[in-house]
Formats: sequence, structure tokens, C-alpha cells
Amino acid sequence: MSLLSLADITVRFEPKGKPAVLALDNVSLTVAHNTFSVIVGPSGCGKSTLLRLVAGLETPTSGQMDLDGKPISGPSADRGMVFQSYTLFPWLTVRENVMFGPKLKNLPKSECEDIADTLIGSVHLKGFENSYPKELSGGMRQRVALARALANDPRILLMDEPFGALDSQTRQLMQELLLEIWQKHRKTVLFITHDIDEAVFLGDEVHVMSARPGRFKKTLSIDIERPRGIDVLTSPQFMEYKREILSLMHDEAMRAQMA
Amino acid sequence: MNTTSLFSPKTEIPRSYYIGLSISSVLAVLCLWCLLTYGGYMPPDFLATPVEVFSAGVEHVSDLSLFKHMGSSLTVILSGFLLASVLAVPLGILMGSFKAVQAFMEPITGFMRYIPVSALIPLLILWVGIGLEQKVMVIFLGTFFQQLILISDVSARVSKDLIDCAYTLGANRKQVVWRILLPACMPGVMDNLRVTMGWAWTYLVVAELVAANSGLGYMILNAMRGLFTDVILLGVFTIGILGLLTDFLFKWLRQRLLPWSADF
Repeated sequence: MSLLSLADITVRFEPKGKPAVLALDNVSLTVAHNTFSVIVGPSGCGKSTLLRLVAGLETPTSGQMDLDGKPISGPSADRGMVFQSYTLFPWLTVRENVMFGPKLKNLPKSECEDIADTLIGSVHLKGFENSYPKELSGGMRQRVALARALANDPRILLMDEPFGALDSQTRQLMQELLLEIWQKHRKTVLFITHDIDEAVFLGDEVHVMSARPGRFKKTLSIDIERPRGIDVLTSPQFMEYKREILSLMHDEAMRAQMA
Repeated sequence: MNTTSLFSPKTEIPRSYYIGLSISSVLAVLCLWCLLTYGGYMPPDFLATPVEVFSAGVEHVSDLSLFKHMGSSLTVILSGFLLASVLAVPLGILMGSFKAVQAFMEPITGFMRYIPVSALIPLLILWVGIGLEQKVMVIFLGTFFQQLILISDVSARVSKDLIDCAYTLGANRKQVVWRILLPACMPGVMDNLRVTMGWAWTYLVVAELVAANSGLGYMILNAMRGLFTDVILLGVFTIGILGLLTDFLFKWLRQRLLPWSADF
């Protein structure tokens, strides 16, 4: 059974005094347990909207969303999210940020600290426990954000272009780190990006989205062996996937530009 | 072209230059003052000499009258400012983040912010008399509505992502308000309290215009009757220095209380 299922999701925005926008048109998606699913699509295709729906931060105009067979209504700690923008709470130290979720659950303080310190170790930030976010680089902040989302031990981890604001070297390192952590914790991940390399490098499954209104054009299973290192990026197999997604996306990008 | 010279925009200059230039501006004003008074360009009734102001200072310090005036002015300013802040901070935070509160408060604050406080003095005298309450009310009305608008703006600018993020970590609405919205507003609140404290000082003379018998504003107004320009200047300098000190106090408090915040 799949962990997450979206059926016939439609989202229509009706801004005052402007024509209505059909952001998502009858979209269906299933995400199986412990898989790394990536949604890739041109900007403005509604992929972030889709993720926000799953997070419970927005509600669909119509359609059904279930997690573990139970309907999704509103945000909850069982769906952790990492945002593209830096969302660490600046008034909390690294450790306090990671402890934020466990503390809301009223876990004993020592347990919260243990969870935080283990995860801070996993994202290689030992020694920064008492630093404030302003003292960290962009990549470090997103690592803390990842640790913070994992601290709640969510059923699914939602990632909305989390490395989009980072430079390409940092981004590559972050992708490797994410895979390392995913390998260890075996979380179900739903990851949004517009970067094809990132999608193929990370995903078990890549869902390619069309330009607005957002629909799924095709789903590819990425059969590249894990663990994946940077040598994967130049392998013929990788190139083949990339070529296919690129041509799918190119049509869409053209369409989006013309529209 | 050299883009790191003294005359390029947004370029750091050596600290010694900075301090030197700061001191030279003070010295320039002092020199101009000396020139105008000792050079005989301004009659003594119009502008007292630096030495006269200094001796007026010594006199008012030694008979403790300067401290008495400072005391009553500080009482007025701090009471009015604290009263305004205690109400404006929570209301402003709510106004900036809850549309319902904004809809309710906006017409009144929008209207009141353009009313000069001095225009309300006759009504204040009728309603609360001419005692301390009247002066405190002047400071209160002068700062409250400005604070409300500035702080509501701070609250409105708190990143929505920060709040959404807290929801996905399991926070409920109440926790979002107390644990996210409130701390996220604090640096902006402190900055605006600092700015409005400066404004509160500027209302002091207006507050002490009516029926005061002590206070720095009263001291200045009283000295005007006898053309004691030395005392007038002493009062002006005292207000300036006290204003500067409260400004430093706010800066220091922000660094102590909000060490995590990025910009000072």
C-alpha cells in the first residue's frame, strides 16, 4: 500500500479583480513507503502548491488526499517540511531549533536534547549546537532545517527546492548528504525541484510536471544503483534519463514562455 | 578610477578618519558659536557665550535645580512612553498579523497619526486638568499612534514561511503566536521603541507648555521671559544629552536582550 495518495486534485486560485488561475488540474499521485520521489517541473507549474497541499498549508479546490489511508486536514508533525527560504528561528540556537518539534510534543528535555544532538551529528554540525542561525552559512542553515524536520520523525519528509538558494558546489554536497541521511533513516521523501540533475541524482521516481495548469506528464523510475556518488552524474545511464526529462521539460518551458 | 577612496559611495573609511570627522563637526559648531558671540556678531541677549552657558550649568547643578527639572521631565517622558509602549506593542503586533484587528483599528489610527498633539492640549486640559496627567497624556498621544503603526508594520513583515514552518513542526495557532510571531517581532519592536523614544523627547516642551512649575521644558520657557539665553541653551543641551543617553540605553538593551538578531 502506498503511504501518500493524491486523487484528482484540482486547485484554482481566484484572486480579486484578476482572472482565475488553474494551478493544478486533476492531478493524481501516489508515493510508496520509503521511496525517494521527486517532482520536477518548470517554474510556475504548481509543484510548490502541490507540496503545500500535502503539508496541509493549503487546501485543494477539489480532490482527495490521504496519508496512511487517513485524509489530510491541516498541517501536522507527521509531515515535516524543508523550505527553500531560510526558516530557522533566528532567536533559537541550532540545538533549540532542532528541539523545537520534540519540545512541542512535551517529550522530556533530556530526550529532546538526545534527539537533537544525534541529528546535529548526522548533518555534520557538531560543535555548532549553541550557534545562532545568523552565524551559519546558507548550506549549514539548510542542514539544520533538515535535522529539525527529521527530529519529529515524520511519516514523510517534504522538501520544497531546499537547495535552490545555494551555490552549485554546496548544492552537490547537500544532495550527497541528503542521500546519506536518507539511506540511514529510510524516510519517505517527496522532493520538489526544477533542476533535472538534482531530480535524477536523488530520486527513485521522477514525476515530470507540465506547465500551468500543472499535470503529470510522465513518471520515470530511476534504476541507478545506490549508494550514488558523483560519478553517477557522468554515467551514460544518467545521461539517458536526463535527455528524456530534458526533452519533456523543454516543450513545457517553451509552452510556458509562449503562454 | 579609484572606487575605494574617501569620496566613493558605500565604502568603509579608516576608524581614525571617522572619529576625526565626528570630532571636527562638533568643534566646527563650537568655533562658530565662539566667533558669533566673542566676535560681537550676535548681541548677548540673543545668544549667550559658551562660558556663560557653562557657568549657568554650574549654578543650576550646584543648587540642584537642574536635577529637579530633569527629574520631573524624566517622570513625564517615561510615564507617557511606558504607558504608550505597554499598549502599543501588543496591539501593534496583533494589528499587523490579524486582519480583523487591523480592520477595527485602522480608521482611528490612520486619522489620529496626523493630528498634532498640540491641537489636543485644550481638550486635555478640560478633561484631565493641568497636572502631571496632562503632560503624560501629551507624550502618550504623541507616541502611541506612531508606535502602533510602526509595530503593526513590523508584525506584518514577519515571514509567512517562518509561521508555516512552525505549523509543519506541529505547532498550533496559539503556539505560533507566542513562540514565533512574538519573538520574530522583537528586533523591530526594539528599533521602533528607540525611534519613538526620540520623538517623545521632542514633545517634552509642548507637554510642559501649560502650567508647569518644573521640568526642562518649563526651565526653557521660563528663561525666555527674561531673555536668559544661557539658561535656554543649558536646557537645550540637557535635553539633547538625555536624549542621546536614552538612545544609547536602547542600543545597549537590544544587544543584551536580542544577541541573536542580525542587524543593529
